[in-house]
Amino acid sequence: MSDPAELGQILRTARETGDFEPVMGMVPYAALLGVRMQLEQTGEPLFHLPPREENIGNTMLPALHGGVIGGLLEHSAILHLMWTRESLAMPKTIDFNIDYLRSGKLQDTWCRCRVTRQGSRIAHVQVDCWQQDPARPIAVARAHFLLS
Amino acid sequence: MSGAEGAAGAGRAGRGWNFFRSVPHARALNLEMVEAGDGIGVLKIPYADALIGNPVTRVIHGGVITSLIDSACGMAIFTALPRMEPIATLDLRIDYMKPAVPGQDLYARSECYKLTRRIAFCRATAYQDDIDDPVATSVAAFMRHSSRAPAGGDNRKGKA
Repeated sequence: MSDPAELGQILRTARETGDFEPVMGMVPYAALLGVRMQLEQTGEPLFHLPPREENIGNTMLPALHGGVIGGLLEHSAILHLMWTRESLAMPKTIDFNIDYLRSGKLQDTWCRCRVTRQGSRIAHVQVDCWQQDPARPIAVARAHFLLS
Repeated sequence: MSGAEGAAGAGRAGRGWNFFRSVPHARALNLEMVEAGDGIGVLKIPYADALIGNPVTRVIHGGVITSLIDSACGMAIFTALPRMEPIATLDLRIDYMKPAVPGQDLYARSECYKLTRRIAFCRATAYQDDIDDPVATSVAAFMRHSSRAPAGGDNRKGKA
């Protein structure tokens, strides 16, 4: 893919058809993890990471790799911003802070984002990540993004 | 590094590396050990198309850097510990200085600069050809003795 408009087109098509499969495939790393996107009843994006052997960081517990959880949260924040801003350009991460609260089991993992502040150049996003119960997050993150 | 202390450090690095090789996600990213000992860990991820985060610029995803830094910190801590024990990441902050150049391998060097009874503190730098011109810098805290579950071979314990 060499044209930024193609990304925007993929998001636009998903918006029209409700089929998010192409969104999952547009970023190779997100496809490697298996990140999926859907919309909640409120219209807000909800991100889903189904359990996958390759995402394990500790085989004995077993637990998801901390980097996988970090990657899921960062990718969710990026897609959330692209979705809500209807933007063609991909936001660039300036900084990313993650707190690991519980070990991530080999289970369905969910995450939801909130844009805390959006200026013309910088956005601040918070992300919650949970498995069985949204009230018991396994990780939370906040990040600044450069918009262009 | 020399003498008994050096040998002990190398032994600890070996244990850490045996553990990393058993981690499915480390294999998925093709994580390689470059150097380890005395509280320092240097790891490498070779560039691969599957790691791309921006399909237009072909720059690798920040999540790959997160995994690389998290693992390098784990490696640094393993070489600083008197014996293997389970550790778990408490928090991690990454500052992105510049995009990684597509096609080039990525390295992370981590230093475990303080070990307390319960916590290990690390800083890390991710870079490509020059550590003084980093792609990202990071600080992280880890909990020691984080679980009872063994994670390495030989019933040794590893990173959660």
